[in-house]
Amino acid sequence: MTRETDPARVRRSRNIVLGSLLAAFVILVFLISLAKMS
Amino acid sequence: MRSSGAPASSAGALHVPADWRDFFALTKPRVMSLVIFTGLCGLLAAPERIHPVLAFTAILCIAVGAGGAAALNQWWEADIDAEMKRTAARPLPQGRMNRTDARDFGVAISVGSVLLMGLAISWLAAGILAISIVYYAVVYTIWLKPRTPQNIVIGGGAGAFPPLIGWVAATGEISLMPVLLFAIIFFWTPPHFWALALFVKTDYAKVGIPMMPVVAGEKSTRRQILVYALLLLPLSVLPWWLGGAGRFYGASAAVLSLLFLALSVRVGLRDRTGPEDTMRPEKQLFGYSVIYLFVLFAALVVDRFLPL
Repeated sequence: MTRETDPARVRRSRNIVLGSLLAAFVILVFLISLAKMS
Repeated sequence: MRSSGAPASSAGALHVPADWRDFFALTKPRVMSLVIFTGLCGLLAAPERIHPVLAFTAILCIAVGAGGAAALNQWWEADIDAEMKRTAARPLPQGRMNRTDARDFGVAISVGSVLLMGLAISWLAAGILAISIVYYAVVYTIWLKPRTPQNIVIGGGAGAFPPLIGWVAATGEISLMPVLLFAIIFFWTPPHFWALALFVKTDYAKVGIPMMPVVAGEKSTRRQILVYALLLLPLSVLPWWLGGAGRFYGASAAVLSLLFLALSVRVGLRDRTGPEDTMRPEKQLFGYSVIYLFVLFAALVVDRFLPL
């Protein structure tokens, strides 16, 4: 795996991935709530 | 790891933050694929169905929990990994990540997966997930692996948990069938791992890990591979014999396990011919052992949906 050497770009890509995972988690919690109620 | 939480030498001077792909690599994605698969099979083979969203959540928790345990394993073994060819390219030995970051990441996703499993699925499944994480990260990695050549036998239990958790997530209770699935993986692990340890023996010897071939010698390891393969044959057909699975599974298990035994006999009854030995039978047994587990569990699920 080639490693990105620009710290700003590494942080940016980490933030994007973390943000996407958090968004997915919120959606999952919403879906779990619906599934539990059905 | 020998020093408590101290950063790896090269990681101490990190200027670039760890890439997200390094965190992903910490979770051992290849091992995780087997965990997801066996967990899913346990869930699908269970006699009760749960909502697809909850089923997805249960598998996600099993996968993330396994990833957390793998991250803790790499945090603890960073110095050992640096010495072995097979593991030297991992993020910690390469100095691409701070050691404490790996530990915190492992703890965070482990705790998160257990909590989510408990809140969304069941606290029994969450409890077993928590036990499996502690079993792998503490009992196996920290305690047994550096101390006893039986490390793989007992540590194999950690990998045997996913189908049990999947089953419990679906049914809410522990019964004989998921315990049998646990036992199959438990008895499959030693021949699977010792076949690998036979052809990467020099690496383990170099870092002082008491793997069976290093401590007891190759001959003893080969005999023990054979013993476990012999035990696996009746054990794998037991779910059919006890009525927990159908004829399709029974026939598949018999054929797959007989082939496993045949390959193990070849490994068990031979000796290394010399330094030029390519260890082909051992490599074949290791490769087949992975296929064996995939196909056996797939057969269990197919059998569940077959109108036989």
